[in-house]
Amino acid sequence: MRYAMAIDTKKCVGCSDCVVACQTENDVPIGFCRDWIVEVMDGSYPNLEMELRSERCNHCDNAPCVRCCPTGASHIEEGGVVKVKKHRCIGCGACIQSCPYDARYSHPEGYVDKCTFCYHRLVKGEKPACVSVCPTKCMYFGDLDDENSDVSIALRNRKHKVLAPEAGTKPHIFYLI
Amino acid sequence: MKEELFVSGRAIPNIDPYLNIWHWQIPVYLFLGGLAAGLLFFAALYTLLGKEKQMPTAVKWATFLVPPALVLGLLSLFLDLKHKMFFWQLYTVIRLESPMSWGAWTLLIITPISILWSMMFLRELLEAWKGKDGKPAPMAVWSLKFLEKNQWIEQFIQWLVKYRKVLAWLMIYYGLILGIYTGILLSAFNARPLWNTSLLGPLFLVSGLSTAAATIMWMSKDHLERSTISRIDLMLIGIELFLIVHLFMGFLASSAVQIEAASLFLGGPYTVMFWVFVVFMGLILPAILETLELLGYKIPVMIPAILILFGGLVFRFVMVEAGQITRYLY
Repeated sequence: MRYAMAIDTKKCVGCSDCVVACQTENDVPIGFCRDWIVEVMDGSYPNLEMELRSERCNHCDNAPCVRCCPTGASHIEEGGVVKVKKHRCIGCGACIQSCPYDARYSHPEGYVDKCTFCYHRLVKGEKPACVSVCPTKCMYFGDLDDENSDVSIALRNRKHKVLAPEAGTKPHIFYLI
Repeated sequence: MKEELFVSGRAIPNIDPYLNIWHWQIPVYLFLGGLAAGLLFFAALYTLLGKEKQMPTAVKWATFLVPPALVLGLLSLFLDLKHKMFFWQLYTVIRLESPMSWGAWTLLIITPISILWSMMFLRELLEAWKGKDGKPAPMAVWSLKFLEKNQWIEQFIQWLVKYRKVLAWLMIYYGLILGIYTGILLSAFNARPLWNTSLLGPLFLVSGLSTAAATIMWMSKDHLERSTISRIDLMLIGIELFLIVHLFMGFLASSAVQIEAASLFLGGPYTVMFWVFVVFMGLILPAILETLELLGYKIPVMIPAILILFGGLVFRFVMVEAGQITRYLY
């Protein structure tokens, strides 16, 4: 079992529905977010190219945040999901400093918070909130070990990339390009 | 041209636009930790070499600074925590992969050791403590009486003195770990290219030893002790300069993110701060002054000592601040 997500940068329109769905589903405090949209503009007028990316925690295989955590609050759940146990977290910020994707933030209550792939939904067999609300259906989620899952099919058929592969984290959010 | 924007509004204070989640507390701790590590190292070194008589400041008097330095350092680390009431979770587990975890355990071991060490010289300190009028200070008289009444304290101190070599070995070992840990704490974060170099551990260790040497020099009243420590300090400054040059050679020969990180110091916003305040005023100038002093010129030892301490503090502030700007994305 290895959960992963593939996001189609050609279909994404940057509507931010995934962001709002996540904030609602996970009770994210106002002013914070666990996922966000980045717009990349490349080139110079009139030869411009735009890429829209819905970004979040990459649930890395070689997760630096889990390695650096002094208490073991950051840990890897079954299926490769990186989570934080809030009653073990001391709010030292080591994981925030070690994440190349800046996917973590300090919750106003003090502990560190981040995307969980909506683990509470996964255990019920549902998809993460962001995936299930996406109006353009540009996000594919599933088990990489299952070759018939949405994400495996999408990755098999399309060219894709990951963010900052040079950081050596083996991320599991793929962008179809 | 390439432009990347957060279009969904990622209003995370202290993360965007820079990742400065760490503020003054961390560099202050790194400075005090390095200083304490160095003082303990010198005290233990001269005890094991059997030079307690020749180096009284290094072995005895300077070590009285260590417990307060460590306590203040720990306090500033505690102030940095965002989930403060859960700090005890650090001591429920030992995670060797996480430098912060074994650093926390090292501090738990070395703080009591440093208190035990300075306890050995408490009586001597109290006896030498004179008021302005030349008579023993009232506080000292009272404390000495208290010691007389409680003979078990005296017996415990005698027992410590008997086993001081064991304490010294522990102090050398844990002192070096503490000193190198102040650098490894930062170098373990691969997402911050400026920190992500294994040279940071040795560099912070040497810098910590040098600040400790400066403190001993400043406190010492013995000419021979001062010149011995001054020679050691000159050597440490030499090693530090060598490591700094290698740090930048390493960055410039590395990947794009590390070249960018180095450029913050090579023409970027931290250039003056680093090369003028850290390298010139904190290393080269005190080295020149110390050399002149060793050659026989009259230079108050306070000046190079303050310069070294100030340079060491600025060095840690610059590294922590600048490191948090360096990143992989956006």
